[in-house]
Amino acid sequence: MSSGASVSALQRLVEQLKLEASVERIKVSQAAAELQQYCMQNACKDALLVGIPAGSNPFREPRSCALL
Amino acid sequence: MCDQTFLVNVFGSCDKCFKQRALRPVFKKSQQLSYCSVCAEIMATDGLHENETLASLKSEAESLKGKLEEERAKLHDVELHQVAERVEALGQFVMKTRRTLKGHGNKVLCMDWCKDKRRIVSSSQDGKVIVWDSFTTNKEHAVTMPCTWVMACAYAPSGCAIACGGLDNKCSVYPLTFDKNENMAAKKKSVAMHTNYLSACSFTNSDMQILTASGDGTCALWDVESGQLLQSFHGHGADVLCLDLAPSETGNTFVSGGCDKKAMVWDMRSGQCIQAFETHESDINSVRYYPSGDAFASGSDDATCRLYDLRADREVAIYSKESIIFGASSVDFSLSGRLLFAGYNDYTINVWDVLKGSRVSILFGHENRVSTLRVSPDGTAFCSGSWDHTLRVWA
Repeated sequence: MSSGASVSALQRLVEQLKLEASVERIKVSQAAAELQQYCMQNACKDALLVGIPAGSNPFREPRSCALL
Repeated sequence: MCDQTFLVNVFGSCDKCFKQRALRPVFKKSQQLSYCSVCAEIMATDGLHENETLASLKSEAESLKGKLEEERAKLHDVELHQVAERVEALGQFVMKTRRTLKGHGNKVLCMDWCKDKRRIVSSSQDGKVIVWDSFTTNKEHAVTMPCTWVMACAYAPSGCAIACGGLDNKCSVYPLTFDKNENMAAKKKSVAMHTNYLSACSFTNSDMQILTASGDGTCALWDVESGQLLQSFHGHGADVLCLDLAPSETGNTFVSGGCDKKAMVWDMRSGQCIQAFETHESDINSVRYYPSGDAFASGSDDATCRLYDLRADREVAIYSKESIIFGASSVDFSLSGRLLFAGYNDYTINVWDVLKGSRVSILFGHENRVSTLRVSPDGTAFCSGSWDHTLRVWA
């Protein structure tokens, strides 16, 4: 019965929304601060961000051309 | 004629409650039964009840949605870029194409890095899946799939196998062998079966399980050895286009994005959707976790990329410019999460400052849409694949 199907689908939706509403949230200011902290802590290891000496990046090292 | 029968007092056992009462005839699905007056009354209002339930459920759903938005808004005390104001701005970036991988006969649709930070697997519209050594640009393996549009491919954590699939609705695993006499296609193992195209696949922490996303609107977790379905994830209202597993430290969750404009975070063990985000205005083509696992970025056909924080349970940044009008097909973070690389349908790659929300660089080179983009496992380079049949490694 079509009305039966939408009732159960709606019931599932209501249950799902209740679950999502009950999630524990923190303030954006705190979340943003932690994202920032992670960036700062790992910035030195980030080759694409700070660049590492050309010799140690396998993609940047000069490739030898075999001419002979 | 029926009215007259009401006047006849038939006394007997009610067909519903079986109590000895005065009975009246009632018609249920064209069958005549005898109910007592109490049960007959209940039956008359039953129909009404169902309609009431439908309407009340709808309004409950609406009010819950409103409440969810309210709760999320309450904690929205500041914007990410405001918090990041005191952070030093990034300097100029010099990123160039360091390698160009040529060999595909048609559009490159997907690629993935091997954990050895050197090998790359890529798949194409022409049905070919190729494994490259990105240092030398040599092709190490090539297999031809029985279908065109191989939209998904992934490298196994051990580096000993690859998975791929597309219009064949399946995800197949090929063990990689260096024996020249062995035919790779002969060892193929069909693992996943969907009822529509495979859009994304990824091994979990081991070679033993694969997570897939499909045009049939579902995601699924499979056991590679037996091909058994371990868990399925239902909730998207349309094709699921992408997925990404949470970094191993943060536990068993993954995020998926779809044509229903929703990004959903799932618990892999229970199959339950934990959080859902619906702020994009068009299909979500790509989702990628922030390296700490506390947030994820998404790229969409609405020409924006967005950052969603999982603990604040909301969108915290939008990466967009008025001049960018083409959809973002693929996104990935640099190792520290400070940079977001996004490939677009206007053939460019934009590099965004994740914290400040500004664009730091725009990379040209591809001659057609950028369809896929991944940063290498150690963050020294990133690779992009394009409809121009090539892959480029940038550093």
